[in-house]
Amino acid sequence: MSAAGTVRLSVNGEPVAVPAGSSVAAAVASVAAARFRRSVRGEPRAPLCGMGVCFECRVRIDDTPHQRACMTPARDGMQVSTDD
Amino acid sequence: MSHYDLIVVGAGIVGASCADEAATAGLRVAIVEPGPIGGGATACGMGHLVAMDDDPAELALARYSLRRWEDHVDLAEAEFSRCGTLWVARNETEAEGIAQRVARLEASGGEAEAVDAQALYRLEPALAPGLCGGMLVPREAVVYPPRVALHLVRRALQRGATLYAGRAVRRLGRATVTLDDGTVLAGPALVATGCALPELLPQLPLRPRKGHLLITERYPGLLHHQVLELGYASSAHGTAGSSVAFNVQPRPTGQILIGSSREFDVTDPAVSGPMLQRMLQRAFDFMPALRGLRAIRAWTGFRPATPDGRPYLGAVPDSTDLWVAAGHEGLGVTTALGSARLMLDLLQGRPPAIDPAPYAPARALA
Amino acid sequence: MTERYDVLVVGAGPAGLAAARAAASHGARVGLLDAQARHGGQVWRHDVLHGTPRPARKAFDLLVRTRGHVEWLPQHQVISADHRTLLVETPRAAIRLSCGSMVLATGARELLLPFPGWTLPGVTGAGGIQALAKQGWPVHGKRVVVAGSGPLLLAAAATLRRHGARVLGIYEQAPAAAVAAFAMQLWRWPARAVQAALLRARLAGIPYRCGSFVRMAHGRDALCGVDVDDPRGPLRIPCDLLAVGYGLVPNVELASMLGCALDHTRGHPCVQVDALLRTSVAGVYAAGESCGIAGLAAARIEGGMAGHAAAGFPAAATALLPSRQRARRFADLLAQHFALDARTRTLAGADTIICRCEDVTLAALDGFTDARAAKLATRCGMGACQGRICGTALAELDRFPHGGIRPPLFPARLATLATGDPSTP
Repeated sequence: MSAAGTVRLSVNGEPVAVPAGSSVAAAVASVAAARFRRSVRGEPRAPLCGMGVCFECRVRIDDTPHQRACMTPARDGMQVSTDD
Repeated sequence: MSHYDLIVVGAGIVGASCADEAATAGLRVAIVEPGPIGGGATACGMGHLVAMDDDPAELALARYSLRRWEDHVDLAEAEFSRCGTLWVARNETEAEGIAQRVARLEASGGEAEAVDAQALYRLEPALAPGLCGGMLVPREAVVYPPRVALHLVRRALQRGATLYAGRAVRRLGRATVTLDDGTVLAGPALVATGCALPELLPQLPLRPRKGHLLITERYPGLLHHQVLELGYASSAHGTAGSSVAFNVQPRPTGQILIGSSREFDVTDPAVSGPMLQRMLQRAFDFMPALRGLRAIRAWTGFRPATPDGRPYLGAVPDSTDLWVAAGHEGLGVTTALGSARLMLDLLQGRPPAIDPAPYAPARALA
Repeated sequence: MTERYDVLVVGAGPAGLAAARAAASHGARVGLLDAQARHGGQVWRHDVLHGTPRPARKAFDLLVRTRGHVEWLPQHQVISADHRTLLVETPRAAIRLSCGSMVLATGARELLLPFPGWTLPGVTGAGGIQALAKQGWPVHGKRVVVAGSGPLLLAAAATLRRHGARVLGIYEQAPAAAVAAFAMQLWRWPARAVQAALLRARLAGIPYRCGSFVRMAHGRDALCGVDVDDPRGPLRIPCDLLAVGYGLVPNVELASMLGCALDHTRGHPCVQVDALLRTSVAGVYAAGESCGIAGLAAARIEGGMAGHAAAGFPAAATALLPSRQRARRFADLLAQHFALDARTRTLAGADTIICRCEDVTLAALDGFTDARAAKLATRCGMGACQGRICGTALAELDRFPHGGIRPPLFPARLATLATGDPSTP
């Protein structure tokens, strides 16, 4: 954990700092709230349930796609990308 | 009593194809299906259109049918994807058999080519190192069978067929069919009930052969061909109690469908953890990158297996106006359209384009 | 590898924490697992700005004191279950957990009903935005409309306000008379009355409208406003976020996979239990929302009961029976006064997406009376959520009941599903 209880990670290449204990979803929302993934038809989608059930918040984390952003605690150095 | 020219019992891919073929030929057709259209083995399989070359009769039927599948290339419901089939050799022994298989497929009118190891990894970079080349069958494809079955039934209905949905056949009589609600239909019956065949025609031996499949999340670009191990045929056509073989398929959605397993003498449809483990371990041997992919569903199905592996296509022996098209085991989707045409030729007394003798149901009673 | 426990507790919300504590108090070796990274479940979720709620901290501290007996297993997602063995996936590994007895404290999820625009980014569940905000989702200064049904709307609005959001209004579908009648009954549960008063104070100045619901959400790539049907006339409200939930639905998937009988008499299925919280499967107990939505108090009591019973001390469980019955009566009150208006089930239009994983519209599902037939023909329910959202909504819309359950319970790495063979790491 970085100084002052802040976690630093990157979302789509952009550096983001969030309070320790935040989810990856929170980190993504702080730069790209409008879109976590593209639906099958290409519509933008973002979290719905906030508790790991709906799978709308799927993002790529450190090269592993289809991770639930709302269930994953943000950690220093994570590379997150949306829109898979 | 309603009279029909043909009463098709069962609306899996085979029954649906027969109904469509008959309705297109102008016959008054009834279709009886107790469950969802294409809800049996049709819904559970991979939808791989593939010619297996180890039995000449099976190959002839597959080739005949594959040509008819070409009419469905642009059908949205078919989700037709010409990914080709890539057979991989684990060792020199398997690789040595390739030339003969290429020759057999080409002799049947198909295209096939041997590929060396270098070409193999160019075609599928995710394959495990150390494989000894393989065989590419470029024009084979995958489809989505339950929607095709639904399409064929709907087309038959548009052409005048009648669907008895949610109804099962209680009894087959002499040119009559009695449904479970007491309705009696008159006319010749064609039984295409797959694994349920013994309920109506117990004289024709048939055993369910359980299989497992699993599908992943979307990983576009990871897999390009339907990839099978060359040893697949010995698993598919062997009679071992249980076996697994490497068989993976790229769905048009980018999902990867993973098989395969075979088990006789199991009737519980539940997904078996140990069988899934065996099947996946086999798949990892050939494609280690699969380990980290996410599975979203696993399911099972039962293939209708006859003792010699060939379907029953033709008149039921010692009966009148009773026909059967069932027992296609794992090749029902590939051979459904050809089977249906063959059945209609037999029904209408025309000589079929391929020799029907190897599929004659009478062989089971000999 | 297989790790063995006397008692496994699945879910670390109020019921699970109480169950683990009760079982450990008898000396049982307890494994307490949850898919989330922190204990507390939904109602006691840790808040990045405001910390862990005091009762949750206290409940967890009690567990720590029985250290040596309770093993806390965070980020453990159950993938499949067979008899009393669970296949579990963690962020890096897969393990098998087996036990002498098991307590299912799997809680509930929100009932999310489809309406035009519900797939727009910015539309979340009411409990959904609460969970997201507590985990750092930026809501400060955002204009939020809260809608749907039940007391959860007040809790969500309070959390949002605490995080600096501008809550524009709370739109409760239940009619004013029903909500008033519910409030009148609260004196029977003094703790709840205090809690309700506190919520009211925190929500001072926020319009609370009854008999109204969100008919449509607007926006192109993200939400920009909502249309509300209100008894006084239609409203159009520009906003950044819409938090809408129609109540809770028990999570019964694991119970179902274990073969536990479900109770279908109260709408969405819940786990069937007897007075000692035994399910129909020997050695498997269930507690809290998974046995029917009854709220926090009932969950804590039932967790304790199930924990005692699972550890082999049914007398200790029986002693809690009267308080359980009392707490459960609150559930009946909730169900009675916040029953859904038929209009909330007719909001989706022909082109409204029902299955969000596979983008299947309501019109595509016309004519299907069976989840499997619909799935085969349209892909509805074939996606990653495995029908949890669309299947539940379609059941509520009275189209067809939710389909069956098969492993994996949640999407899982193939390596996890291949675990079991000793050669697999």
